Amino acid sequence: MSADETTHAAPGTGPGDEAGRAPASVVDAAAAAAQEPSSATAVEARGELAEIEPVVGVSKPDAILVADDVVRRFGGMTACDVDHLEVQRGAITALIGPNGAGKTTFFNLLTGFDTPQSGTWSFEGRSLQGKSGARVAKAGMVRTFQLTKALSRLTVLQNMLLAAPDNPGERFWLSWLPFTWRAHEMAATEKAMEILARFKLADKAPDYAGSLSGGQRKLLEMARALMTDPTMIMLDEPMAGVNPVLVQSLLGHVQALRDEGMTVLFVEHDMHAVRHISDWVVVMAEGRIVAEGPPASVMRDQAVVDAYLGAHHDTDLGDDSLLDPEILARLEAEEEKR
Amino acid sequence: MDELIRILTQSLAEAIAPTTAAFAIAAIGLNLHFGYTGLLNMGQAGFMLLGAYGFGISTIAGAPFFLALLIALGAGLIFAVVLGIPTLQLRGDYLAIVTISAAEIIRWIGRSTWLQEWTGGASGLQGRNYKGTFQDLSPLPDGRTTIGPLEYINTGSDSWWTRLFAWGVVAVVLLFVWLITRSPWGRVLKGIREDEDAVRALGKNVYSYKLQSLVLGGMLGSLGGVLYVLPLTIAPDAMGRTMTFFAWTVLLLGGAATVFGPVLGSMIFFGAYMLMRTGMRALSENTGVGNIISTTNVEQIGGMLVGATLMLLVIFRPQGILGNKKELAFNVR
Ligand SMILES: Nc1ncnc2c1ncn2[C@@H]1O[C@H](COP(=O)(O)OP(=O)(O)OP(=O)(O)O)[C@@H](O)[C@H]1O
Ligand SMILES: [Mg+2]
Repeated sequence: MSADETTHAAPGTGPGDEAGRAPASVVDAAAAAAQEPSSATAVEARGELAEIEPVVGVSKPDAILVADDVVRRFGGMTACDVDHLEVQRGAITALIGPNGAGKTTFFNLLTGFDTPQSGTWSFEGRSLQGKSGARVAKAGMVRTFQLTKALSRLTVLQNMLLAAPDNPGERFWLSWLPFTWRAHEMAATEKAMEILARFKLADKAPDYAGSLSGGQRKLLEMARALMTDPTMIMLDEPMAGVNPVLVQSLLGHVQALRDEGMTVLFVEHDMHAVRHISDWVVVMAEGRIVAEGPPASVMRDQAVVDAYLGAHHDTDLGDDSLLDPEILARLEAEEEKR
Repeated sequence: MDELIRILTQSLAEAIAPTTAAFAIAAIGLNLHFGYTGLLNMGQAGFMLLGAYGFGISTIAGAPFFLALLIALGAGLIFAVVLGIPTLQLRGDYLAIVTISAAEIIRWIGRSTWLQEWTGGASGLQGRNYKGTFQDLSPLPDGRTTIGPLEYINTGSDSWWTRLFAWGVVAVVLLFVWLITRSPWGRVLKGIREDEDAVRALGKNVYSYKLQSLVLGGMLGSLGGVLYVLPLTIAPDAMGRTMTFFAWTVLLLGGAATVFGPVLGSMIFFGAYMLMRTGMRALSENTGVGNIISTTNVEQIGGMLVGATLMLLVIFRPQGILGNKKELAFNVR
């Protein structure tokens, strides 16, 4: 984490860029060391990112997703205006920013659920501009929604099976011939149960998804997205409404996905989670990207602090007390008692 | 007592009438649309009328029975594609508006003098002009047959052959729909019914599935239309909004998103509707009820009661007779 010595924000990229730069402290290096990535690929991803200068729009050594000049206006209001962003392959990138910053809008644009006024973006070298949501998902970029979309009157297992790719039985002319798709269905069921078990939903498999709690639906949606074998998964606030103990294990899962080679881009308000697992953090405010960099340093960036808390504030957003194992242990104990 | 038996026999006859089978098939189509995919088709009568015209006109032009049947199905297919391509991209309500107007357009074109040469205008096509090919197919011997209280000629307009054929088609369609709705294909439709964006996010071409559902259900509507006119005539005004409204009542009574719902719904609905009308007529003719309900009002009161039944049904038992109560709990999201 040598690039942490100084933190940069590109000039002219957003509100608060006229404010002074807060120099990053040496503490950052220690904080980063406390959360060393757990596998070789992860170390590699972090290692590569660590050498990059943390300025807005910086190019990454192995970018899987590249977006240019993506602009979305609602009436007179510009909800999203991203000049240039690259997302590193095989890394966990967090997209943070205050409410209404345009994170979800940006997600919608990238994944084909909304159309920008202008802009180009490509995934694995192929342009995704103008592609429908389904085509984007088929290309391997699968998203979840901030407002959870559980398919209520399907069972949890059916929700999962629906996500299995290339099921021959989903073609109309084969659908009435069960022998053409039964084998695929069996394999998919096995895989679904494995993923459900990972998300502690296995015993809910026969229940209607509509009977799940809000947090369980978040988990189901993430599990369902994984069922599609994505190359890159885009999670819109995956931890919102999930209990702290499960958040811990979710974070573990996300890291495990990255270690298996998946690229993760996630929106999250929980700074502790962001700090804990992300390899790179991109900060949005008022539709623009105002900063990007490694998690430890970017949260001290004055532009970022300003974006969240307004100017004249010197709080560190990535407050380490949230990482305190004692606090977590207490939460865990409380959860057990319930 | 004799009167009572007569009334009951009449409703039993209505419950297994070929027109009841025709409504069952139209409602199965509607079930694919609404029950499984969540599409609001408010113009099923348009598909039925188009099927009837397709069958009748091509038969009169000299087509053999199965070719005429294919033409009827083709008419439903084209109609569904034409309606679906522009509207299925839009929100669900638009399809409802477009289908109801399109069905009316079909009816108005049918009854206009413009195409009178083929459609017969407002008076429609006489049954004897297009029933020949169908009746020639009958394997039954000449004569009449009595089964229990029911007696019909073997082959003819209102015959055992028409009943046999119509319910045979219902059985085949039921089997087919049962197979496709329990498949992964059917699961995608149900997913779309629940939340189409979620399904889209999983890489499924939602638009294509919705179109497939609209086409298939519409073709079943057309098939129902053919069955409906086999014992009757093709009269555009008999196949208007009321018909769509009856098809919806049948579906909701039996239970949307169930396989047997539309069939059970159709039999119960038409049986009960007949019972109600003949019962009321008998009461008003023979008892003091006649002072309140005159026989001339029976039809109107019958129609009114159907409307009231549909309303009560959606309020108190929206899952219908066969529907799953558990599923219902999540209707409100
Ligand atoms: N469909 C829309 N019509 C009009 N304005 C919209 C629409 N969608 C989003 N906006 C506006 O765009 C801005 C960005 O919204 P967006 O949902 O992207 O924020 P966000 O960063 O995801 O916020 P949060 O953290 O609260 O989820 C908001 O000011 C919002 O009001
Ligand atoms: Mg959002």
